[in-house]
Amino acid sequence: MEKRYLLGNVAIAHACREAGVDFISGYPGTPSSEVIDTLRTVPEPGCHLEWSVNEKVAYENALAAAWCGCRALVTMKHVGVNVAADPLMTSSYTGVTGGMVLLAADDPFAHSSQNEQDSRMYAAFAKIPCIDPASIQDAHDGIIRAFDLSEEFGLPVMIRPTTRICHSKGDIELGERATGHRKGTFQRNPKQYVVIPAHTRILHKELNQKQPGIRKRLIEYGFNTAVVRGEKAVIAGGISAEYIREILPDDISIATIGAYPIDEEWLAAFVSRHTEILVIEEMMPIIEGAVREVACGQVIYGKKNGYLPHEGEFSPSIIADALLAAGYITAHPFPTVSPAGNLPVRPPILCAGCMHRSTFYSMKKVFKDGIFPSDIGCYTLGLQLGAVDTTICMGASITVASGINRSGEERDVVCTIGDSTFLHTGINGLINAVYNGADIVVVILDNRITAMTGHQPNPNTCLTASGTESPAVSLEALCRSCGVTFVETVDPYDLSLLLDTMKRAKEEKGVRVIIARQPCVIVARRAGWKRHKYMVEADTCTGCRLCIKYGCPAIEFHDEVARINDLCTGCAVCADICPAGAIRREVKR
Amino acid sequence: MKKSFDVMIVGIGGQGTILASNVLGEACLIEGRSVKGAETHGMAQRGGSVESQIRIDGEFGPLIIPGTADLLIAFDLLEAVRYRHYLKEGGMMIVNNQLVLPTSAFSSGQPVPTIDDISTMLDGEHTAIVDATAIATAAGSPLAANIALLGAASHTIPLRVESLIEGVRRCVPQKTIPINEHAFLEGREAVKSI
Ligand code: SF4
Ligand code: SF4
Repeated sequence: MEKRYLLGNVAIAHACREAGVDFISGYPGTPSSEVIDTLRTVPEPGCHLEWSVNEKVAYENALAAAWCGCRALVTMKHVGVNVAADPLMTSSYTGVTGGMVLLAADDPFAHSSQNEQDSRMYAAFAKIPCIDPASIQDAHDGIIRAFDLSEEFGLPVMIRPTTRICHSKGDIELGERATGHRKGTFQRNPKQYVVIPAHTRILHKELNQKQPGIRKRLIEYGFNTAVVRGEKAVIAGGISAEYIREILPDDISIATIGAYPIDEEWLAAFVSRHTEILVIEEMMPIIEGAVREVACGQVIYGKKNGYLPHEGEFSPSIIADALLAAGYITAHPFPTVSPAGNLPVRPPILCAGCMHRSTFYSMKKVFKDGIFPSDIGCYTLGLQLGAVDTTICMGASITVASGINRSGEERDVVCTIGDSTFLHTGINGLINAVYNGADIVVVILDNRITAMTGHQPNPNTCLTASGTESPAVSLEALCRSCGVTFVETVDPYDLSLLLDTMKRAKEEKGVRVIIARQPCVIVARRAGWKRHKYMVEADTCTGCRLCIKYGCPAIEFHDEVARINDLCTGCAVCADICPAGAIRREVKR
Repeated sequence: MKKSFDVMIVGIGGQGTILASNVLGEACLIEGRSVKGAETHGMAQRGGSVESQIRIDGEFGPLIIPGTADLLIAFDLLEAVRYRHYLKEGGMMIVNNQLVLPTSAFSSGQPVPTIDDISTMLDGEHTAIVDATAIATAAGSPLAANIALLGAASHTIPLRVESLIEGVRRCVPQKTIPINEHAFLEGREAVKSI
C-alpha cells in the first residue's frame, strides 16, 4: 500500500494495472484521455494498448478481447458512448468471459463537450451495472471491483466518473500492481456470439435473469449505503455525496448511491423510515425516479419539483440552496459574493502560429459569403474568427455541408475537419457526398495529431499509442479513392499558395478536397523545431490593425502600433498580411 | 464546518499553475495530511483563463466555495481580479506583477487596462504584488516564476517550509532543482515584511 497525490484519471490508470488489465483501447475525449495517456507511457505496460480510430472500433476490439478471456478496458467521453452504442447495446446480450470495463467519463457543465448527457442512462438502457464514484478513491477502488463484477455476472460493467473526479486530485491509497497476464483464446460458441433472432431472444431473457443478483451484490459490496439519523433524509449520488457530507447537519439521515441498478427493496426500506427525502444527483433524475416509485406518502424534494437544477454541475453552494429551500437548514452557510464585472474575457484561443488560423483566414477571404460547417477539435475555436457556422458531433462537418448544399442553398459551402476527426467518422460523409453528387469544398486541417485532447497520436501520425512506428495513411489517396478528383495539398503557412488553391477550388464543381498540412505548433516545439520570431517595425507600422484582426495571440497593440510578444512561433503569416510591410523576421544582434 | 485551508491558484493556460498545485499536494503527503484539489484541463488550457483549487486538510469534495478561500495565488494581474471574489474576507492574495492581455482586449476597441490600473485596483493590506518573473530570472530561469510565487506565498501556507521545498524537488525536472529551490527562497524573502 502506498499513498500518492494523483489526478483522478492517473489513479484510475493505476487501478487498471492493479486489476491486471490485459487489453486497453479507447478514443481520446476530455475528460477521459489521461487514463490511456498514463498507461501508454508507463514502462512495461505488459498488455495490448491502442488508441483506436473511433469509440465503436475501440469498444468492439475490447469486447472481442474479453470474449477471448482477457480483462479489457475501453475508455471514452460520454458522447463517445453514442458512437459505441451499437455494440454496447448488444454486448450485454452476448456477455463476456474475461472482465470488460467501459469507462465513460461524463462532463456535467460541458466544460469541454457539446452536451451534458448522462451515461447512467446508457447503462440502464443496456442493462449493465454502472459504478458512479463519489471521489477519486472510489473511482480507483471501483475499477478493481468492476472487473470482479464483470467476471462474476459475465457482463460489461460501466464506470462513469465525472470531470470533477477525472480532473481533480487527492491523496490516494494505491495497491500492488498485478503480475502476469492472460493470453486470449477464442472458444467457438455461436449461441452466444452470433446474435441471430433465435439466439438473441434467449440471451435477452438470460440478461434479465441476471438483474436481481446484480442489485444485491452492489449492496453487499458497499456501493450503496445508508445511515439513519432522523426523520428527514438526503439521498445523494456520485460526487454530490461528497459535497453534501461537507454541510449536512448531524440529525439528518443519509444514503449514498455509488452504483446502479439500485435494489428497490433496500431503497424502500430506507425511504419508509423517513417523512421527508431530498434527492441530490447531477443531470438526470434517475435516483429521484426510483425514490418516487418506492415512496408511500413521503415528501420528496428533487429536480422534478424544482429544488435542484436539471442541468450543469453541482457545488456545495447549490446543494446548500436546496437544503435551505427544503427547510433542512435555516441559514445559508456560505457568503454571497459576485465576480468583478467588465473584465476583458480570456477564452481559449488557437495557439500563436497555429495552422488553422491562416486556413480560416483564407477561406473567409476567398469564400466571402460562404457557409462554414465545422467539426470537433482545436479548430472549433475558429468560431472566434467567424469561420465556424456549425458543430454538432464528431465527423459531422462533411455531412452537414452536403446536407446544406443539397437542400438547395445556393451559397458556397466550405467545411473544415481535422485529420483525426476525418479518420474517426468523417470519411463516411465524404463517400456519401461524392456518391450523392454534393457540391462542396472540404478542407482537411491536417496537423498530424489529435491535438485538443492532449496530442494523442492517430493513424496519420504514423506512431501507435505506445510509440512504435506504424504504416503511413495517405489522406490524398483515401480521398481520391472515394471518387474525389480535386485533391490539393498545401502548406497553410504559404498564404499566397493557400489563397490561390482556394480560388481554384471555387471555380470547380463537385466535391473538392484541400488538405492543409503543417504540424501542430505544440508538437513541433516539443520535437525541437525552431523558427525565427517575427517583429513589427514601429516606424513602418501604420496602425491599420489588419494583423490584430488576424487574431494571433502573439500580436498586441499599444500606442497606435502593433507589437509582437514572445508567444510568436514564427509562422510568418502576419508578415504576408501586413500591407505596409512592417512585419519582418527578427534578426538577432 | 470547514476545516481545510483552501488555496486558489489562477493564471493562463500554459503558465504552470498545475505544477504549483502539485507542490502543495506533495507537501501535504510529506506531512501526512489529507488534500483535495481540482484543476482545469482540456480546451481552456489553450491560452484560456485557468484555475487550480487545493484544499489542504481537505476531506470532502475538491471544490472551493466562492467567498471562502484562504489564499489566492495569481500568475497574472488580470486573473487576480477575475478570481478575487473566491477569497474570504481578510484572505491573502499573492500576485505576480505581470499582465498578459488577452487578444479580446485589443480587438474589442475598449480601453486596454495597464499594469498600474490593475495594481491600484488590487492594492490593500492583504495583497502582495511580487515580481516573480524577475526573481526567477535572477535565480536562473524565468520558467521558475511559479515556484518563486509559491515561495512568496509560503508565509501564509500552513505547511512547513521544508515540506514545501521537498515538494518542489519532487515536482520539477531533475536538472532544474537548484534553480527552483533558489527561486522559492528568493520569493519567500521578497515578502518577508508581511
Ligand atoms: S494545440 Fe496545435 S492544433 Fe491546437 S490550437 Fe495549438 S497549434 Fe493549433
Ligand atoms: S509570425 Fe506573426 S502570425 Fe505567426 S506566430 Fe508570429 S506573430 Fe503570430
